[in-house]
Amino acid sequence: MSSGAELSDLVGAEDAANTEERGTSLWRDAWHRLAKNRMAVLSAALLVVLTLAAFVGPLFLTHSYETQNLHLGAVPPDAQHWLGTDTLGRDLFTRVLYGGRVSLSVGLCATAVALTIGVLYGTISGFIGGKVDVVMMRVVDIIFALPFTVFVILLMVFFGRKFLLLFVAIGAVQWLTMARIVRSQVMSLRRMEFIEAAQALGLSRLRIIFRHMIPNALGPIIVYATLTVPSVMLLEAFLSFLGLGVQPPMSSWGVLIKEGADSMEEFPWLLIFPGLALALSLFSLNFLGDGLRDAFDPRAAKD
Amino acid sequence: MLRFIAGRLLQMIPVLLVIATLTFFMIRLAPGGPFDTERTASPEIRKSAEAYYGLNKPLGAQYLDYLRNLLHGDLGPSWKYPSRTVNELIAESFPISAELAFWSLLIALTFGLSAGIVAALRPNTWTDYVPSSLAMVGISVPTFVLGPLLVLVFALKLGYARVSGWNDWTDRVLPALTLGALYAAYVARLTRGGMLEVLSQDFIRTARAKGASDFVIVTKHALRGGLLPVVSYLGPAVAGLVTGSFVVETIFQIPGLGRYFVNAAFNRDYTMVLGAVLFYAALIVLFNLLVDIVLVWMNPRQKFE
Repeated sequence: MSSGAELSDLVGAEDAANTEERGTSLWRDAWHRLAKNRMAVLSAALLVVLTLAAFVGPLFLTHSYETQNLHLGAVPPDAQHWLGTDTLGRDLFTRVLYGGRVSLSVGLCATAVALTIGVLYGTISGFIGGKVDVVMMRVVDIIFALPFTVFVILLMVFFGRKFLLLFVAIGAVQWLTMARIVRSQVMSLRRMEFIEAAQALGLSRLRIIFRHMIPNALGPIIVYATLTVPSVMLLEAFLSFLGLGVQPPMSSWGVLIKEGADSMEEFPWLLIFPGLALALSLFSLNFLGDGLRDAFDPRAAKD
Repeated sequence: MLRFIAGRLLQMIPVLLVIATLTFFMIRLAPGGPFDTERTASPEIRKSAEAYYGLNKPLGAQYLDYLRNLLHGDLGPSWKYPSRTVNELIAESFPISAELAFWSLLIALTFGLSAGIVAALRPNTWTDYVPSSLAMVGISVPTFVLGPLLVLVFALKLGYARVSGWNDWTDRVLPALTLGALYAAYVARLTRGGMLEVLSQDFIRTARAKGASDFVIVTKHALRGGLLPVVSYLGPAVAGLVTGSFVVETIFQIPGLGRYFVNAAFNRDYTMVLGAVLFYAALIVLFNLLVDIVLVWMNPRQKFE
């Protein structure tokens, strides 16, 4: 048993250490917990490999993604064409890598759009509170209840299949949950003493929001952003499957899956490999997101 | 409770109005029109067609006309199937989509609930890891990959089912599995989470101490509380089933509302698109209301507000 004086010393020292590196400590804890989660680490590694392959890989490839070789036609995987070729004789491996570029960029860019709208909306709603908050959240509830994929389809049909529009349309329907999460974070932060102190010091609202609120809500934001990327990629592939995504000769995994499904009876590899690429990325992103959630969850702080 | 339901039904009116307005103007302000593709039509025919559908009036007047008809529940004539009304087309195709959704949901609940309960009973053992990993796979394999794969294996290679169509019960199996798999995975994860939370509570420990078996604990004590997250998920799930039906009905050539909607969007069949969007929105809002009622009934701690 330690004496009272020692105990209070210890607690005091710990307190001092905590206040000194309070910001890094949460992150370091989360990092440690994440590193212990083998599936999450494996998923992260897989994602790095996939991203590098998609963005850097094509530089080292000998086949072009659009050169057709009708003479060759569709051949199964061999040493020359690792994943075979499609019905127009194009190398499938190259096309899967290029398709990955599009799918991953759409995933990241649309998530960025959703993130920006969601964080701003949620912060404003939570920070101002009162009637503004009630109205803003009611709007979110209503939009949430809508078949918003239907609206993305309509946007893509009626305003042309432009690449930029794809980001915006998908981003515009994916921000709702983000707004809710950020709002609840901001609401709980608003009553904390350091925010009060910031207000007493006369900091402007904007400065409080950007310097104090958002950085402190970053954990849940990162978690949810990681989980948004796969749902965005899924939505892009879904649109491409219906013929509303990117247009040829460009391709995304959704387009490749669509082409593969059309000719799967004779050439099943055209469906299987792009499908595998998409499923693997979604799988890793979901696992990583789950791992991050466990890592940032304060209830998991005990172990 | 009646007040709650009436209030929610009243809220539906502005929601549907906003959707009707948004969709109406979005479609109209977009370039292109429904009669663009019929190049053979002479200008006179085109003009008379436009007059018949009221397209020669100013946009504002058309909008008001549409709303007036909407009040009578009339969604107008279809522009691509000239002799048919949108009401008829929906009445004809929706039951097919609803049946598909019903079987999918049944599959999702059967597999999802049992997998989730098994996983939650012995967390962090292999009876947890196997269903949990399967659920993750289910979430990560998109409908439009699973559907063609199932067709490839069970219809083309093994010959157990037909590739497409909607005639007898064998035609229901593959589409329902395709659409249901994703929801089975979600339901399994939610059930596991909900059950884990309930199973860690004191009243379960008391029941265990009294010697209740796993079966009794799950069915008599834990299920009611553990299923709450699953029930609240059913609202968004219906919205997802609607979207999923677009893909599944396209893959399997099922003449349901989803396929009609996608075709209508491509063909710029304005009234059909508007009608379908409004119908979907009303369906989703109603189903969310139903889910909220069930939630209160299942959880006495929650009140109607």
